[in-house]
Amino acid sequence: MSTVPVIELADVCKVYRLPSGDVVALDNLSIRIERGEFVAIMGPSGSGKSTLLNQIGGLDVPTSGTLRITGRNIRKLSDDELTDLRLNAIGYIFQKFNLIPLLSAYENVEYPYVLKHRRTDNTGRVSKLLADVGINKRMAKHKPAELSGGQQQRVAIARALVNDPDIILCDEPTGNLDTKTGEQIMGMLIDLHRQGRTIIIVTHDPLVGKQAERIIRIRDGKVADA
Amino acid sequence: MKNDIIFQLSVRSIRLHFLRSVLAALGIVIGVVAISSMGMMGANMTMSVTEELSAMANVLVVKADTGGGGGGMFGGGGSSGSSTKKSSSTASTKDYLTKANFDDIERAVGSYGTVYPLYQDSTKIQVGDDTGRATIYGMRDDDMVDVLTVDEGTLPKTSSAIVIGPTFAERHDLTIGSRVTIGDATQNEPVSKFRVVGILQEKGMSMDLNSDNAIIMTEKSYVGLFGGDEEYDQVNVILKDINDANATKTEILDKLNRKDNVVTIQDSSRMMESITSTVGTLTTFVMAIAGISLLVAATSIFNVMMMSVTERIREIGILRSIGTRRSEVRRMFLYEAIILGIVGAGIGAVMSLCLGWLVVLIMVGTTKYFFTYQSLIYVPMAMVIGIAICIFSGVYPAWKAANLDPIEALRSD
Repeated sequence: MSTVPVIELADVCKVYRLPSGDVVALDNLSIRIERGEFVAIMGPSGSGKSTLLNQIGGLDVPTSGTLRITGRNIRKLSDDELTDLRLNAIGYIFQKFNLIPLLSAYENVEYPYVLKHRRTDNTGRVSKLLADVGINKRMAKHKPAELSGGQQQRVAIARALVNDPDIILCDEPTGNLDTKTGEQIMGMLIDLHRQGRTIIIVTHDPLVGKQAERIIRIRDGKVADA
Repeated sequence: MKNDIIFQLSVRSIRLHFLRSVLAALGIVIGVVAISSMGMMGANMTMSVTEELSAMANVLVVKADTGGGGGGMFGGGGSSGSSTKKSSSTASTKDYLTKANFDDIERAVGSYGTVYPLYQDSTKIQVGDDTGRATIYGMRDDDMVDVLTVDEGTLPKTSSAIVIGPTFAERHDLTIGSRVTIGDATQNEPVSKFRVVGILQEKGMSMDLNSDNAIIMTEKSYVGLFGGDEEYDQVNVILKDINDANATKTEILDKLNRKDNVVTIQDSSRMMESITSTVGTLTTFVMAIAGISLLVAATSIFNVMMMSVTERIREIGILRSIGTRRSEVRRMFLYEAIILGIVGAGIGAVMSLCLGWLVVLIMVGTTKYFFTYQSLIYVPMAMVIGIAICIFSGVYPAWKAANLDPIEALRSD
């Protein structure tokens, strides 16, 4: 029985039109990622990894080709529909953590939940997620600036999971962490994969890449090796 | 609102940049205080002037139409111009009103008010060795009782007694019992000596009877001095209700000017309209100048909002990437502007009441109209303008924030 892939790119091109001329960032890229896979996207700087991540994350749309996320062609979605897709289907984990500085750790995790459900969390989900990633109640009251890099990334993981997304996108998730903390974060991602979640990691680090089930190598906007 | 996380973000952003936000709101405070204080001052001034003038505005002065034009004290022809409504008719050749004219006027006025005739001339006077000229009024005894208020002494009851106005008394150093010689022998007028029996209460400027700087004597004394029995220089109508002015004028003109232009009417309500209109124009002008402070405030709010957007580009990128809609980002920045506006306008309103009260006390001299609708309406009006300006200033920064490219915003440091 064939299932709908969680991500499907068919002949996707992304061209940036600059005054100095067109720059082809993605060149007829075709990739298929199934639900529950753990995929690492690797490649040198300027290969198109970040552009691909932005497309998969619904932050940008292809110039041509078809990109389906959970079956939906994102080129046909309005800005609000694309935003809702990011809110409901995708959990983002960034290299620089990207927590909202005005909110506490707890509120950072609760923020996407409130956006989705239009109410604060009274089910205990936020607290449970924070506890699962090792953030205690005292730490949860702190603003991001008062937490270490590792703690911030744990909060970011909890935030990515709060709306139970189909895909977890990680952009160099260990890039700003020391080796030991990086290993702990990778351990958490592996645990999430074991729970059946789809994880896509963009990384330079071969040690991170080798922990994935599958590596997609990108070079000059094309798939070099999958 | 407590559960609105977008609103919470706005509040926290303001708290985080508290000093900057306070300074921006201060501009609105100043603007609201300036506009409402000036507005309240104007309203209080208008009400004060209206009350002062309405004391004299309920008077119509009817004079003989000598063909030299006529009309109101202000505004020339105006409604008084209706006195010459039959343009083909000729004006009266007499420069006085007769007893018959007076009776007609009294009948025309009917229940609208009371009517009294007045003799008036100007002649030479002598007090001791000082000589000069003075306005002399002649009045019927009963009219004196109705119209004049004596501050010292009594009203004249004999033909040798006069009452004088307070300014006249002060200028010539006259007291009760002082003697005044009235009449100009060179003009073949009889010269008589009169005794001051009363000094009138100060009345202020008036169209019908400027008694403050005049001598008032009985009708009999006046006729004895100047002649012209029952040849009145003017007939004054004191209206019960100022709103009946036009109706009364029409009645008089219809009755007396049916064939010829016998009378002309001076109407002080036009003067009041003109003065209140001038005060209103001045108030608007001063409020417009005060409004400039709100423009400065608008610039300040705009600047703060733009700074807020610029500083939070990365945060906007994060918000957008994790599922915040453009409309929600726009709302977040508009909330900031609205909060600054409401806080600034609220503080401004409270300060307006204190400062406005002081301004009114100093500039108008009385605060008895301060807590009236016409005066206090300027406070909510200025608040609405202040908040509206804040929202207006926040629209572009909010729009700019909402339309940032999330990828570019995330790259920003």
